[in-house]
Amino acid sequence: MIASLAPRAFSVFERNVFVYRRQWLIIVTGFFEPLFFLLGIGYGVGGVIGTIPYGGADVPYAAFVAPALLASAAMNGAIFDSTFNIFYKLKYGKVYDAILSTPVGVGDLAVGELLWSNLRGVIYATAFLIVMLALGLVASPLALLTPLAVIFIGFSFGAAGFAITTHMRSWKDFDFLFIILTPLFLFSATFYPVEIYPGALRWIVELSPLTRGTHLVRSLCFGDLNWLMLVDIAYLSAISFIGYRHAVRRLGVLLLK
Amino acid sequence: MGMTNSASEPTALIRAQGLTKVFGARSAVDGIDFEVRDGEFFGFLGPNGAGKTTTMRMIAGVSPRSAGTLEIFDMDPDLHGSEIRGQIGVVHQQETLDMELTVLENLLVFGRFFGMDRASIATRAAELLELFQLSDRAKDQVEPLSGGMKRRLSIARSLIASPRILMLDEPTTGLDPQARHLLWDALQRLKRGGTTIVLTTHYMDEAEQLCDRLVVMDQAKIVAEGSPRQLIVEHASREVLELRFPNGTESIDTKVLEGIGDRYERLAERVIVGCENGEAAHARALEHGLDPESWLVRRSSLEDVFLRLTGRTLDE
Repeated sequence: MIASLAPRAFSVFERNVFVYRRQWLIIVTGFFEPLFFLLGIGYGVGGVIGTIPYGGADVPYAAFVAPALLASAAMNGAIFDSTFNIFYKLKYGKVYDAILSTPVGVGDLAVGELLWSNLRGVIYATAFLIVMLALGLVASPLALLTPLAVIFIGFSFGAAGFAITTHMRSWKDFDFLFIILTPLFLFSATFYPVEIYPGALRWIVELSPLTRGTHLVRSLCFGDLNWLMLVDIAYLSAISFIGYRHAVRRLGVLLLK
Repeated sequence: MGMTNSASEPTALIRAQGLTKVFGARSAVDGIDFEVRDGEFFGFLGPNGAGKTTTMRMIAGVSPRSAGTLEIFDMDPDLHGSEIRGQIGVVHQQETLDMELTVLENLLVFGRFFGMDRASIATRAAELLELFQLSDRAKDQVEPLSGGMKRRLSIARSLIASPRILMLDEPTTGLDPQARHLLWDALQRLKRGGTTIVLTTHYMDEAEQLCDRLVVMDQAKIVAEGSPRQLIVEHASREVLELRFPNGTESIDTKVLEGIGDRYERLAERVIVGCENGEAAHARALEHGLDPESWLVRRSSLEDVFLRLTGRTLDE
């Protein structure tokens, strides 16, 4: 369906499929990080503290942490692709110069790349969901919707990553990325409820896109449908849209001089 | 009853009038007019920085013009860029092959960018690899290919959708003479097959060998236009006498130089004399007491046209 809606964007997506047919092992590696966190923190720390209060009940700590790790897996998949890989194609590979000499335009290009980076997020999230099911960490059948829910996470981080990447001057600038990503991963209500933060700090954390993504995924995993999930979706969609628009504008500035 | 003029006049595929591109305060292309006709081999000749690449980018719809009109297939590239690019093949000066893909995959992926279906792409790709003698490298990575092979692959890739116009920016820069001649042959075959070809070059011999018509660009402007022969006839003499003075040419009397041939250009270590008969001009030079270290007589080339028009050689 997507292919018939935007064939040019899809051709950019296809280019990545060609590349990764031979490099699928690289994709697989991205799946292990959240798994290690689940074992180390979810079960390790969980073994010490046992349960944690969530939604008016005490839930196993591993079951509380797992949805957040699923959300961050989607984030990592999308962000890795939309930063490192896109930077290479933009600055060194001259891949985009070649693509833009064909009927494909900057808008098609951005959509195609975002579809691809999102696919990566969806793959990680789905694989992680299977692990959660196998370990009995899923409380509700609504959890089966998480691979769809992470699309909002993938687009928002993919688009934001893409937009930021268009401002990168060299590989060194990527160090700044980790200064943002590490605290984002650690502090976005990943390992404890957001209510723990005092006053103003809590509202800053609530604005983290990963907090919103985690809230969305966690609600589904516990079968707890709530109105705040619509806020999550709206917020992540807004970031996606702004990031996409900025990335397209910057591609024009950089490549269509 | 004669044929009407319009019936024999080939249609113009590209039309530019007052085409201008400004970067900040600098004019990269300054109000140029030209026309590229269906089926011809058209060249932009000029030194680096003359504005050739910028002109090519404007035609390919990846650089919006600052002023003037530009039509490709009667369409404005600012409004119909995608449609125009669908019928143009572009070969960049800098290699833009996809290093993450194999030789064949480079063609397959490109066909998809042009919206072709997979079956037609596969047929066309096999044809092109054969034509450009790359069939045995189809499954190889691009990186280890030689410069000549990479350039051939770039051209093959640009032809995947059978474009009406093929645009090549400095296609033989950096190639050894053999690879260069192979490429010239391939381009001439394409032209015979009906493809309109637009190329930029700073090589005079390339322009002379390949182009039906060309414009000479210098400092963002077109300084001459015509077939290589026309340009040589109009802007140079039949023969050229070159006199070499390794100790410099400043001390030579201008009056003496004026007396040797029709015109002359004084360079740092050479005097170039345009004349009807080079041997006779050389004899006159000796009569006037000149004592060059060496001399030669040759036919005029576009190099002389450029020198005549700008007072500089192309390498300067």
